[in-house]
Amino acid sequence: MSDALFDQLGGEAAVNAAVDIFYRKVLADDRISRFFDGVDMEKQAAKQKAFLTMAFGGPHNYTGKDMRDGHASLVKDGLNDSHFDAVVENLGATLKELGVADDLIGQVAAVAETTRNDVLGK
Amino acid sequence: MPIIEFDENRCDCNPGETLLECLDRYNCPPPSSCQSGLCHTCLMRCVKGTPPESAQNGLKDSLVKQGYFLPCVCYPEGDMKVVMPDDAAAPHTSAKLIEKTILTPAIARLRFAVDEDFSYIPGQYTNIFKSDEVARTYSIASVPVLGDYIEFHIEKISGGIVSEWIFNTLKEGDELQISEALGECFYQAGEEENNLLMIATGSGFAPIYGIVRDALNQGHTGEIHVYQGAGMAEKLYLVDEMKILAEKHENLFYHPCLSRDATEDFESGRANELALTEHADLKNWTVYLCGHPEMVKATQRKAFLAGASMKDIHSDPFEFAKT
Repeated sequence: MSDALFDQLGGEAAVNAAVDIFYRKVLADDRISRFFDGVDMEKQAAKQKAFLTMAFGGPHNYTGKDMRDGHASLVKDGLNDSHFDAVVENLGATLKELGVADDLIGQVAAVAETTRNDVLGK
Repeated sequence: MPIIEFDENRCDCNPGETLLECLDRYNCPPPSSCQSGLCHTCLMRCVKGTPPESAQNGLKDSLVKQGYFLPCVCYPEGDMKVVMPDDAAAPHTSAKLIEKTILTPAIARLRFAVDEDFSYIPGQYTNIFKSDEVARTYSIASVPVLGDYIEFHIEKISGGIVSEWIFNTLKEGDELQISEALGECFYQAGEEENNLLMIATGSGFAPIYGIVRDALNQGHTGEIHVYQGAGMAEKLYLVDEMKILAEKHENLFYHPCLSRDATEDFESGRANELALTEHADLKNWTVYLCGHPEMVKATQRKAFLAGASMKDIHSDPFEFAKT
């Protein structure tokens, strides 16, 4: 994805604005909150930030392998498409709350979508 | 050409090269991901020299203050010695015990004299060495401008080699080694008007006792609510000192809480639960959590969901060593 999307969203400042809102939505979502039980919140927030940067079309060193390894134990615990959908939904709602235009939200969702198979170990 | 010291390596950093690229060229890079200063995966700490300001953009103030920086966006301007962020091979200082007071059967207060160049921020922690091999981490309860000593509160752990040694053997006049002060659970400059919520259990009150007095000393004007909790009364300590402090400062509200014993002197219930019930909306609050790891983790999450921003939740979980 091009830097154009990242710039249109507002770059790093946009990521910083989104990360708390997004993480709070995810933790408050009964469909997926259990996957975050007992995690180190500070480390998790840093991961959320890296993920958002990537989904916003920003610079990253995304590797499918990291994503697979990172989620493998969650997949064993039942992580599936419905949970992935819930995360993408929270991502969209976060951007909506920040006043981002629908077509840009669509582009972010499309980038997030490219991680689905790696996250779910397919 | 700036020289970068890292572990055993002395690396020449080329012009236009980042510190990360330099370490990579010497085959000793830290883990990294975005390589553009965003993800913070490659975070390191500078212990000699100064990282350029641009390599600290986006880091918490508390990290900046301690020399943390991002090697992927660091173009060194001079020689630097760098370490991984959790490197314990930090310098040691000798400390002489000048006062040992048994505050309750479960809590001892130690005051040490240290070299002038030992610097710390109230709320940080250090390792106390019983011997070269055996050390435990304790938080610092003192405030530099309030006295020439560093103070620790030691909780007696049954079977704990260091805490039992401190209670039973260590005496005034003894000298031992402590490591440099680390940690980022401390009062943040620039938040004088914020409301602060501080929750401590057991000897987790040590850093809070330092942080609250540091805040008051720096002229904090927002409200400060301190919840000090324990199961039994013998683990609640410095209660009178705190009451006096609260009488002196009208923006300080002190809540000693007991979860198991019920008495008239204390609020009944768990400190973290009482605190979150009485403060359900934590938007724009700064939260400090110190003590039992389960309490810290659970409360961190609740405080975040109650509206506190992640960067405004500071915590210090007291993990007990497995001995």
